[in-house]
Amino acid sequence: MLDYIWLVPFLPLFGFVINGLFGSRLPRRVVGIIACSTVGLAFVISLTAFFVLPDQPVPDKVLYSWIKVGDFKADFAFQIDPLSIIMILIVSGVSFVIHIYSIGYMHGDPGYSRYFTYLNLFVCAMLLLVLANNFLMMYIGWEGVGLCSYLLIGFWYERKSAADAGKKAFIVTRIGDFGFALGIMYIFKTFGTIDISEVMHLAQGRFEVGAPILTAITLLLFLGAVGKSAQIPLYVWLPDAMEGPTPVSALIHAATMVTAGVYMIARCNMIYSLSPTSLMVVAVIGCATAIYAASIGLVQNDIKRVLAYSTISQLGYMFMACGVGAFAAGIFHLMTHAFFKALLFMGAGSVIHALAGEMDIRHMGGLRRYMPTTYMTFLIAALTIGGIFPFAGFFSKDEILWRAFEQNYILWAIGIITAAMTSFYIFRLVFRTFAGETRVEKEKLVHVHESPRVMTIPLVILGIMSVIGGLAGVAKAFPLLGTSRFFSEKLNILRFLEPVTGGHHAEGSEAVGLERWLMLASLLIALVGIYIAYQFYVRNPQLPKRLARSLRRTYKFVLNKYKVDELYDFLFVNPAKKFSVFLWRIWDDSIIDGIVNGTAGFFKVCGRIGRRVQTGYVQTYILLIIIGAVIIIWYCL
Amino acid sequence: MVPLSYYLLLSAILFSIGAVGVLIRRNVLIMFMSIELMLNAVNLSFVAFSRFLDSLEGQVFVFLVMAVAAAEVAVGLAIIICIFRNKATVNVDEINLMKG
Amino acid sequence: MELALFVIFGAVAVASAIMVIVSRNAVVSALFLILTFFCLAGLYVLLNAQFIAALQIIVYAGAIMVLFVFVVMLLRTGKEARRGYRLIFQKSMGIIFVVLFLLLLGSITLTVAVTGMRGPYTAEAVRHIGNTQAFASVLFTDYLYPFEIISVLLLAGIIGAVVLAKRKR
Repeated sequence: MLDYIWLVPFLPLFGFVINGLFGSRLPRRVVGIIACSTVGLAFVISLTAFFVLPDQPVPDKVLYSWIKVGDFKADFAFQIDPLSIIMILIVSGVSFVIHIYSIGYMHGDPGYSRYFTYLNLFVCAMLLLVLANNFLMMYIGWEGVGLCSYLLIGFWYERKSAADAGKKAFIVTRIGDFGFALGIMYIFKTFGTIDISEVMHLAQGRFEVGAPILTAITLLLFLGAVGKSAQIPLYVWLPDAMEGPTPVSALIHAATMVTAGVYMIARCNMIYSLSPTSLMVVAVIGCATAIYAASIGLVQNDIKRVLAYSTISQLGYMFMACGVGAFAAGIFHLMTHAFFKALLFMGAGSVIHALAGEMDIRHMGGLRRYMPTTYMTFLIAALTIGGIFPFAGFFSKDEILWRAFEQNYILWAIGIITAAMTSFYIFRLVFRTFAGETRVEKEKLVHVHESPRVMTIPLVILGIMSVIGGLAGVAKAFPLLGTSRFFSEKLNILRFLEPVTGGHHAEGSEAVGLERWLMLASLLIALVGIYIAYQFYVRNPQLPKRLARSLRRTYKFVLNKYKVDELYDFLFVNPAKKFSVFLWRIWDDSIIDGIVNGTAGFFKVCGRIGRRVQTGYVQTYILLIIIGAVIIIWYCL
Repeated sequence: MVPLSYYLLLSAILFSIGAVGVLIRRNVLIMFMSIELMLNAVNLSFVAFSRFLDSLEGQVFVFLVMAVAAAEVAVGLAIIICIFRNKATVNVDEINLMKG
Repeated sequence: MELALFVIFGAVAVASAIMVIVSRNAVVSALFLILTFFCLAGLYVLLNAQFIAALQIIVYAGAIMVLFVFVVMLLRTGKEARRGYRLIFQKSMGIIFVVLFLLLLGSITLTVAVTGMRGPYTAEAVRHIGNTQAFASVLFTDYLYPFEIISVLLLAGIIGAVVLAKRKR
């Protein structure tokens, strides 16, 4: 079965080719079926691969030797190990659900086939990224998902804001990708190979802990992750990326693409472990991003933007996990986050769909009665992200916080404050959208309806996954299940990932006791967040307004996202624009064009002189022949 | 026996006369005849070499040159007829379509 | 005797060749060209190449020149009009270089001795076998391929001539 793993990325590619070439001529129903079935088949294959994956390491599946120049060698090959299997499961599974949802969400859009073409290409690129066995292939996937992200953010390109957002995402992530490319080059220069497992192996044998070369490499790779996964300081593109269709936000900008950075660091965990400095940087940036983005999310009024900042914040958590060496916990949170954040976005999409494009939570409220399924699933997702027992987010977040606590109290403290903020802003969203009196305009309210089945069933599926997904991390908490080898090893994601991410931390009884207390603490603080949100938005709706008025300056500052976009405009964008204008007007128009036109002019003059040789008279040519003959004979004598 | 160099000299003279004809005449037909003259001058030297080297290869070459000349004259005259039809002239100094 | 014949044929050939290029009338040129070809045929006989001499008269003086005269008559260009001195510089340059060319060739022919591998066909051998038969034995053995290819070339020439000269409707 593992021999067919190459089908996993190639099936969506097939769908992309079919829909890309013939999509506009095929009926919509067929386009949707092709797009969904290819991704669905990929998911089935991934699932089978998960079950048949043996305990021993599996050799890489080499399709063919792609590039071979001197010492440089890059195969088109797939790495099959627990980490990549988990990732293709998440990616293909969530993609499949979102593809189905998209059929309902996009049904009236004129760009229907174009949408599914891009979406299939994205899934293909993402699967290539996670299956790659060398850095170059990973880079292909990395750039491929970036391209699809650009295309899908700017999907409604006739809207200027969407086109601008696409450009912004592309350019900002490019800074990170540049670092990533440099990192890959540095890796090749240092190790002479770009095969991931070989690099990891060589690094352990060749370098001491804290070697400067490894620090440089890992920091360069991390720069790529910062760009792609929207961390400080390159996070600015993600909120704007919400201009794309909502399922795209769910798939690309919540569940899969933005987690590529986390995956990459987990994949390279061995070299990261050898560089404490880099780990510290990762942890600090992750932690800072988590609380920073959460604080912005507290006050935003656009439902999708709140979720976008929440995504940035949760990605910060994942990086924090990687930074404290808990790579498996990071991947675990990545998985649960994929479920609940996709669910939140799709629930938001369902609401937006029902309200004909309304995204401002100030004009929502009371929708619980109109869309019960959406409400229920959204609530489950909110509880999950808020970290309420026994939903998935509780376990994964708690695992991260516990590992952070072991490392550094400050990280833990910031993490727990962020957790409180998270539960506050997410329940603010729930209460403002679904609870209380409706603030929807009268004429819109008439049309409010529950979304069609094709959209609600995916919501329910992800809702179930959000509830039970957490069990994957806590098989130890269920001694009954733990007796079966299958449950203890395959379904315990932390144990399952051990071959890749290194040993799980020791579990002394004392440590477990402490962990229980910390769990309780984070649960309590999440409940506090919910309670405050309840007080603010259900019991005393006037309270937040009064608070905002008394802290007007701070409120405005946070509402404007700390004015970071303006700062970047001032520092980078405007100077770059001015420099570009200089290049355009002076350098290009005068100097480059001058050289080009001058060259052309020179040859024009030469031609004007030279054309006189071509008289057109036969006799001239014959004369030249004879002159040539004379010269040759003379020379030979 | 007449020495070889006499024949070669005669061949060179006839060739040069042909070349002058090609270079100075305006009538394309006479130019064409001059070319024939040049070909024949070369033929003469072929035959002379054949005689003085006791080999028949030179004569074979002359035979081949004659066949080529026959084909060349047929096509060349056809071209001249075409030009005359289009431009109503056989003067080469009035034909400079290829002027740069 | 042989030298005398050479001188006569050579002188007539040169004289008539000059007449070919100076004559104003294309028909006159053609007739002088035929005379040149006859002289050359005589020279070929002197050089023991009787078969080539016959071909010279039949193919050149006969077939080719008939074609020439035919075209000259067909186009009816008449006498070439004197049209001033167009391209005079180019033409004088031409004459200068051709003279230079002749001087170079002449100096070569008069100074350089012929060295080369001698073949089996001495004058006696050829006379013994017969010129045409000796020629044929060379042509149809060693030069069979060129001979065959020449036939294709002639075919192409015929088709080309017909296509070009055909009146287009």
